[in-house]
Amino acid sequence: MMKRFMPAILALSFALPASALAAGDQAHPESRNWSWNGIFGTYDRAQLQRGLEIFTGQCINCHGLKFIHFRDLIQIGLSEDQAEALAEQFEVAGDPDEWGDPTTRPAKLFDRFPDPYRNEEEARALNNGAVPPDLSLMAKARPDGSNYIASLLSDAEYNEGNPTDDGLYHNAYFPGGLIAMAPPLYEGLGVNADGSDASIDEMSDDIAAFLTWTAEPRLEDRKGMGLKVILFLLVLTGLLYVSKRKIWANV
Amino acid sequence: MESLLNIGIVRWFDNRLPLLSYTQHHMMDYPAPRNLNYAWNFGSLAGLALVIQIVTGIVLAMHYTPHTEMAFDSVERIMRDVNYGWLIRYIHSNGASFFFIVVYLHVFRGLYYGSYKAPREVLWWIGLVILLCMMGTAFMGYVLPWGQMSFWGATVITNLFSAIPLIGTPIVEWLWGGFSVDNPTLNRFYALHYLLPFVIVGLVVLHLWALHHKKSNNPLGIDYKGPQDFIPFHPYYTIKDAFGVGVFLIVFAAFLFYAPNYMGHPDNYIPADPLKTPAHIVPEWYFLPFYAILRAIPDKLGGVIAMGLSIGILFLLPWLDTSRVRSATFRPVFKWFYLLMLIDMGILGYVGSQPAEGDWIWIGQLATAYYFIHFLVLLPLIGWFERPRPLPDSIAKPVLAAGPVPGVGAAHDKA
Ligand code: HEC
Ligand code: HEM
Repeated sequence: MMKRFMPAILALSFALPASALAAGDQAHPESRNWSWNGIFGTYDRAQLQRGLEIFTGQCINCHGLKFIHFRDLIQIGLSEDQAEALAEQFEVAGDPDEWGDPTTRPAKLFDRFPDPYRNEEEARALNNGAVPPDLSLMAKARPDGSNYIASLLSDAEYNEGNPTDDGLYHNAYFPGGLIAMAPPLYEGLGVNADGSDASIDEMSDDIAAFLTWTAEPRLEDRKGMGLKVILFLLVLTGLLYVSKRKIWANV
Repeated sequence: MESLLNIGIVRWFDNRLPLLSYTQHHMMDYPAPRNLNYAWNFGSLAGLALVIQIVTGIVLAMHYTPHTEMAFDSVERIMRDVNYGWLIRYIHSNGASFFFIVVYLHVFRGLYYGSYKAPREVLWWIGLVILLCMMGTAFMGYVLPWGQMSFWGATVITNLFSAIPLIGTPIVEWLWGGFSVDNPTLNRFYALHYLLPFVIVGLVVLHLWALHHKKSNNPLGIDYKGPQDFIPFHPYYTIKDAFGVGVFLIVFAAFLFYAPNYMGHPDNYIPADPLKTPAHIVPEWYFLPFYAILRAIPDKLGGVIAMGLSIGILFLLPWLDTSRVRSATFRPVFKWFYLLMLIDMGILGYVGSQPAEGDWIWIGQLATAYYFIHFLVLLPLIGWFERPRPLPDSIAKPVLAAGPVPGVGAAHDKA
């Protein structure tokens, strides 16, 4: 009897958290076919780099990426020189000068992406009362994050770019349906692998992929280790089962 | 082990502090019923989960900063820059969920086979105290990463104490160490989150002590008649438990490596913001049924009392269940009500995950009412009226006697 209930209990306990996240007044993100899906999934380095281009070409004007150091970009295939060159385009706070006055210096590999605004007040003032959130963890901070970011940015009605009188934009994927961010993607911003201009849809995929990496940079280590650990455990558990049968044979 | 005791110096030490003979006595020779099924694996799995939490927790503590300005970032540093930090942190956060999964299954095992009945009442009580300590630990642990759910969960739950008449507000401020959930709150939660798991270790020792004193219950729920009913714990149950550990680790690893955030809430990847309330504040899944009971009562104090009682009445279970037959295997009526109770808890869990509006309100109230009716009304009545099936003579010889065995039938079954 107990044995018969067990699967039901397990199923129940696993079904709960998923349902707890079901959102109400907002369109369900469409599922995209990501390179990192599945047991063997890995990031597509070229795609991440295209996403980085879009990020530094546009999103950085309003959004921070505070958990990413420039050196981290070497993980997505930039050379040290490339990462350093990118860093140098940003100014960060330096040590005080001999008079004790604040200084700035070009960023180095060990620096993080600097925030575009000095503080929340400035961010709010320049964005119609809304604060652009830091994007490092965005892909994990929303239900079904990667699909959500891609769907949000590629929404067709949104990309028509007609603001309401309050300066808000219709977007079916955003909670409440009205977002303060003007559609940030436009033709000519990003390119495809073959160098052709990317469509809004293609750019949304690339930036969502990049932001998935910024949120979960250890994903490949995790999946790679998982496969080995689970294979090992399967063999071990099989052996334990055989031993158990053997030891219990005479009971 | 025994051969170790032949070595002079070992015997000398053991004579003064019998570490070795105690281990021998309690982990190897301990006479266990020969008929335990796999439902009895969850106790050892809970012990394993506790060890996993303590080991990963101590490593996390080496890198974590308990300050409102730095806690969130320090957890992200663990995830990104500490060697295998992502692994340690995911083990710890998923480990908490798996700890509750195995403990709940362990408890449902006890409820099904009547393990709470005489002579194991104290064992049952200690188990409930462990459960309460686990809840406290997990609640305070969830606050540590200082995400949105951390902060707002802490705010909602600590605010419950304000329902206490007259002294409610001073108590809440005393808990907070200020006038809102803030740095002092985070610091004390961290201190207690580090402490409570070791209190649990102590309680587990008492739990096992009580267990070994009165011996394990078994799927037939009947008392042991003699040595033929037992087998030594080692090697029989050590190998069976080890196999259980293997299965547990496979399921655990599947979540850990392929869906590490499945049981978490995305809002906790947003840094805590005292000025911005999340749309829905939901606790971790393992609190959902209790959260539903809390919200089912329209009055705040009433809700808190109901939630407290939902576990409180379990302490009285040995007396609320009036049947003297332990195992549900021989209780044709109880068995179905047991199933209903599980379904009811499932419903409560689901309601707990939904916003308290519309139909969820009355569904939650109905399910809450049924929960209490099950334990306070149905259980006593079933024990009274149910006619249990005949019990086997002994564990070693599970041959059914012609009729109910005299003296072991239900209290009022005079057949
Ligand atoms: C002109 C400033 C600006 C630019 C450029 C910009 N954003 Fe935003 N973004 C905002 C603002 C403002 C918000 C907050 C919107 C709100 O809360 O209504 C926001 C919010 C977001 C959100 C969060 C939505 C949510 O669920 O809260 C995402 C994701 C996002 N932006 C992605 C991007 C990406 C990707 C880019 C680059 C392609 C980008 N943004 C460029 C201003 C900007
Ligand atoms: C009964 C055992 C325990 C349970 C059920 C438990 C539960 C939890 C939970 C639910 C979290 C939040 C997880 C997250 O979102 O990351 C957490 C975090 C944490 N726990 Fe524990 N824990 C236990 C034991 C311990 C022990 C023994 C220690 C230290 C000695 C510890 C240290 C920490 C630290 C430092 C964090 C914060 C880091 C983080 O959020 O990942 N825990 N715990």
